[in-house]
Amino acid sequence: MSQVNRISGGQIDRTQSIRFTFDGQPYAGHPGDTLASALLANGVQLMGRSFKYHRPRGPLSAGSEEPNALVELRSGARQEPNTRATVAELFDGLTANSQNRWPSLRFDALAINDRLNTFFTAGFYYKTFMWPAAFWEKVYEPIIRRAAGLGSMSRLEDPDEYDKGFLHCDLLIIGAGPAGLMAALTAGRAGARVILADEDFRMGGRLNAETYAVGDQAGADWAAAAVAELASLPNVRLMNRTTVVGAFDHGIYSAVERVSDHLPTPLPGKPRQTLWRIYSAHAISAGGATERPVAFENNDRPGIMLAGSLRAFANRWGVAAGDRVAVFTNNDDGLRSAKDLQAKGVDVVAVIDCREGGDLLPGIRHLRGAEVIDSGGRLGLKSISVRQSSGKTEVIRVNALGVSGGWNPNVNITSHHRSRPEWRADIAAFVPGAGGPDNLISAGAAAGILSTHGALATGQAQALVVLERLGRSAKPAALPKAEDAPIAISPLWYVHHGKGRAWIDPQNDVTIKDVKLAHQENFSSVEHLKRYTTLGMATDQGKTGNVIGLAVMAELTGRSIPETGTTIYRPPYTPVAMGTLAGRSRGKEFKPFRLTPSHKWATEQGAVFVEVGNWLRAQWLPREGETHWRQSVDREVLATRKSVGICDVTTLGKIDIQGTDAGAFLDRVYANTFSTLAVGKCRYGLMLREDGMVFDDGTTARMGEHEFVMTTTTANAVTVFRHLEYCRQCLWPDMDVQLISTTEAWAQYSVAGPNARRLLQKIVDQDISDVAFPYMGAGNVTVCGGLRARLFRISFSGELAYEIAVPTRYGDAMIRKLVEAGAEYDAVVYGTETLGVMRIEKGHVAGNELNGQSTALNMGLGKMVSKKKDSIGMAMAQREGMNNPAGYRLVGVKPVDAANALTAGSHFLEIGAAPIVENDGGWLTSMVYSPHLGSHIALGYLRGGDQKIGRRMRAVNFLNKTDIEVEIVSPHFFDPEGERLRG
Amino acid sequence: MIINHPILGPRDAQEFVYLGDANLINRPDGLTASPQEMHDYVYLRTNPAGEHRELWYHEQGDRSWLVVTRNTVTHEITKVELARDVARQMGRSK
Amino acid sequence: MAKHDLNPLTALGHDLPEVIAIGPYLIKERFDVALASVAMRRGRDKDLAKAAKAAGVPLPAPARAEIVTPYSAFWVAPEMWIVEADFGSHEDIAGHLKLVLGDAASITEQTDAWVRFDISAADLSPLLERLSNLDLASLPIGYASRTVIEHLGAYLIKRRETEVTLYGPRASAQSLLHALEVTAKSVI
Repeated sequence: MSQVNRISGGQIDRTQSIRFTFDGQPYAGHPGDTLASALLANGVQLMGRSFKYHRPRGPLSAGSEEPNALVELRSGARQEPNTRATVAELFDGLTANSQNRWPSLRFDALAINDRLNTFFTAGFYYKTFMWPAAFWEKVYEPIIRRAAGLGSMSRLEDPDEYDKGFLHCDLLIIGAGPAGLMAALTAGRAGARVILADEDFRMGGRLNAETYAVGDQAGADWAAAAVAELASLPNVRLMNRTTVVGAFDHGIYSAVERVSDHLPTPLPGKPRQTLWRIYSAHAISAGGATERPVAFENNDRPGIMLAGSLRAFANRWGVAAGDRVAVFTNNDDGLRSAKDLQAKGVDVVAVIDCREGGDLLPGIRHLRGAEVIDSGGRLGLKSISVRQSSGKTEVIRVNALGVSGGWNPNVNITSHHRSRPEWRADIAAFVPGAGGPDNLISAGAAAGILSTHGALATGQAQALVVLERLGRSAKPAALPKAEDAPIAISPLWYVHHGKGRAWIDPQNDVTIKDVKLAHQENFSSVEHLKRYTTLGMATDQGKTGNVIGLAVMAELTGRSIPETGTTIYRPPYTPVAMGTLAGRSRGKEFKPFRLTPSHKWATEQGAVFVEVGNWLRAQWLPREGETHWRQSVDREVLATRKSVGICDVTTLGKIDIQGTDAGAFLDRVYANTFSTLAVGKCRYGLMLREDGMVFDDGTTARMGEHEFVMTTTTANAVTVFRHLEYCRQCLWPDMDVQLISTTEAWAQYSVAGPNARRLLQKIVDQDISDVAFPYMGAGNVTVCGGLRARLFRISFSGELAYEIAVPTRYGDAMIRKLVEAGAEYDAVVYGTETLGVMRIEKGHVAGNELNGQSTALNMGLGKMVSKKKDSIGMAMAQREGMNNPAGYRLVGVKPVDAANALTAGSHFLEIGAAPIVENDGGWLTSMVYSPHLGSHIALGYLRGGDQKIGRRMRAVNFLNKTDIEVEIVSPHFFDPEGERLRG
Repeated sequence: MIINHPILGPRDAQEFVYLGDANLINRPDGLTASPQEMHDYVYLRTNPAGEHRELWYHEQGDRSWLVVTRNTVTHEITKVELARDVARQMGRSK
Repeated sequence: MAKHDLNPLTALGHDLPEVIAIGPYLIKERFDVALASVAMRRGRDKDLAKAAKAAGVPLPAPARAEIVTPYSAFWVAPEMWIVEADFGSHEDIAGHLKLVLGDAASITEQTDAWVRFDISAADLSPLLERLSNLDLASLPIGYASRTVIEHLGAYLIKRRETEVTLYGPRASAQSLLHALEVTAKSVI
């Protein structure tokens, strides 16, 4: 098909041709086209099917407010549903498909919904799918989900990248029409840091779509010259293809820059889109205005569009939407469309003007006091029915109709802080109300100033206001001359005629009838109207339709429009892809990784890694021939308990605490006492929250009189540090305490097992015999002939154990050195699984037990809470309920039949007790297989557990349907007297 | 939101961690406080629609705890102080 | 320092620091700097100022760095700084500082807590405005602040208009470099 509807002029490059396809059909367009303008040029008006009734639809508008012409753009993994054809920039090779139709756009089986329209009115879902309630999830919702929605997703991973960024400016100008350009010129020339953002790929706004002059130039040429001047100013940043989508607090705006959407695929390394966070001192909303239609029966046919958009297609893109065109208007701007089209040589068959009297347009059949009451044509407009002022109706054959009901200033962004727009009767539209975002002011059509002169003048004036607030002086330049036509509008919202449907929100298929039904059923507040009918709840947020809906409701309730009020807009201004919000944070880049000092070595060994927070820790280190993780873990456990094992424990949080009050400070933040700890010793510490629950635990060493090293759990390293800063700054501001994290500064390895000392003595330069370095000793040492290091004699495994720390850069060398030195003892390196097995064998609590709901008493550590001193949580831990003798206590659990596996999360029940909540005795928190004991073992919280040692109970798990007889034992399965670790 | 840090000037609220009512500074002494007093301190907070003094921590900044006076309805921030200074003014020391 | 045979690895896991050029951006890993935090002990303002001055340890104002020899420093928190020195001569920087500052300050070795990248280009804005919310263009030379780069807390020091230093968490050195690289590639 050729470009049958291409007419002269426009800002397209006719020297180049662009090939694209729509529903598989090849077409051609030009650079500068949108998909909608190119399709219209090729005589294609039908671009989609409507949401509910599957009505044939074509574009209503030429811009981002488009509710109808939503298509699937691109193919494969890049397929993007619900793309507005009116803003999709044409590129060579573009493929687009219509959506929400089957089997084809021209014949759509679900168009049957249109015949059933009396059934699908407002409140349809609420009324229809209520009973039986159980049907909702299994029957109704799946059916509705299949039928609803417009486009489809590719279900493939998005191959493109997205980015984020941060910009700063004195003045953000939203919209580069005449008001925005004039504001940018004024502020930019005065030296202010300006960002000018416009959603279009070509700046100029309506100037590109109009024929009138600015100064002695065509409007579009003036705009191009203004853009060129702005581009030459280093303090001005021009951002086209950038939509400011939201206004946030204190001058922060978010904007989406479509970096690559105008290209077949992004250039190598380039993101598809960038989400900018803009910090502005001031902002000017210059987003122009959006035209609204007048509703009449069957006003949704392809070929019926906004009059100003019909004009924009002709002027900017050199496209006539049809070869026989009519205009239906209630205002003078509609007449301008008729004149422009006529000047372009388009056959303007009639102008239907609802207003009585006044001048007639020369050379056009201008029907005054007339209204369009209906339209005809199945897949595209063929005729309109016109009721003349005499009452006589006439059918006029046309294939395009422009409708103008007046212009709505774009108040969208000004209402993001819940500011309610205010009604202005003279232009029959809402304008920005009071209480909008601080330092955001409006100019031009966005402020309700609808002439070009008004836009230029207010753009300049508002920029001067901003400059004054910024303390910059500026001399206003002389304004170029421009049209300053008054607004002559006679409000008409919908045509009173007949019983057919007249659409106000075409994207959600909301008609005047639905508004009437809502009123009839007493949903007459605007907020109820919106939710009951879904008016304005589609992706276009009702930019063209909302005002009509509430005007109809005003009429029905006998109230004025300001009394009726309006709903407001929310971010985003136009839809934003989820990928854009995610930026680079997805897949492997979701969060940064933290690598341990032994990572390189462990990778060489073929270690299996597990994510612990952001850390990658070795989970187990398989050896040749091991095919199941349990083989590796059992081997690591047995070898460690038999001889010696090495584990990277760098991930535990380490906080350096210094100052003359450091000991006293620790007494306040730990439930037990630290001020009495001798230099060169360490102690297990229990940290409570102020409500008495256990917060964290770890070992803290006294390295000097005023110097401690605190260890936290891996998971709580950040929150403990934050808590300590809170205690230091907010609670005891005069304590002499200084804090800094040293987690990553030291590579720390645990060396555990009967041969731990023999191994380490080969590396540590000082004597570490039991006498010289007793249990719970800590101190600075040197290793390998002089490298500074720290040594702690602490044990999580229950074995004779040490932790040795060296500066992280030597961590890789140290693991290699330990392995080499350990060879003669058959040393193993173990991962987090083995760590877990050994700590459970010893009854040490970890994350599963430190669950934020457990007290020291629950853990069997009640005696650690000193009542002789004040500490965080001490007072609340004394509460009666937290000291209930029948409360949860940490116990050990063994299956009676060693062949039975236990499951963490199982609940304790007495033998013979019914499995009901009332009989619940507690639950298993952690479970492992103990190769040493030859069975599964577990820890758990059992009510009155300390009184139940030796008792048989059941561990019941409904999820995996197990019911296992268990014996309650001491949580210290292994070496309960601790003889090994003191060895 | 932007928090005008008393030392560093305007900083994005994204850099901060929120804790809540600045009255948390008024911690009773655990040895002498009555259970009721301690209970009220731990569990009772005002939650005004309007001006509120709150604790914010500049975790991705200089680690200062701040007392931010903020209108919870409009998000207007009228005062930002170092929590350590506020605590001292409230008579807290060691 | 005493002799030992332990081979150090850079934060990126190699024997030698990396230098990466992407278009106009030059990213240099630095492996030759020793770091220690210096936190003033309560009420020791004068003692610390005097000792620091005598020893040539700068203690710059908030959000500032002072680059001199043998010690440079940047402010990190009220009454706390991170002091930089040459690693070759000051590997035990905490020991050196304790000798000169005595008990007027709490001193903690920080050398291997951080990875350092020096990034230079004629115009750094396109890169850094996609990584950090700091308004680089309006910051003075010698500005130093913590900032967030792709979820990572990092210290940024503006050394000159064309060069910044980033100190990021050492364990995440590869993630930080990855962020720098993909971003640099997206703006060239």
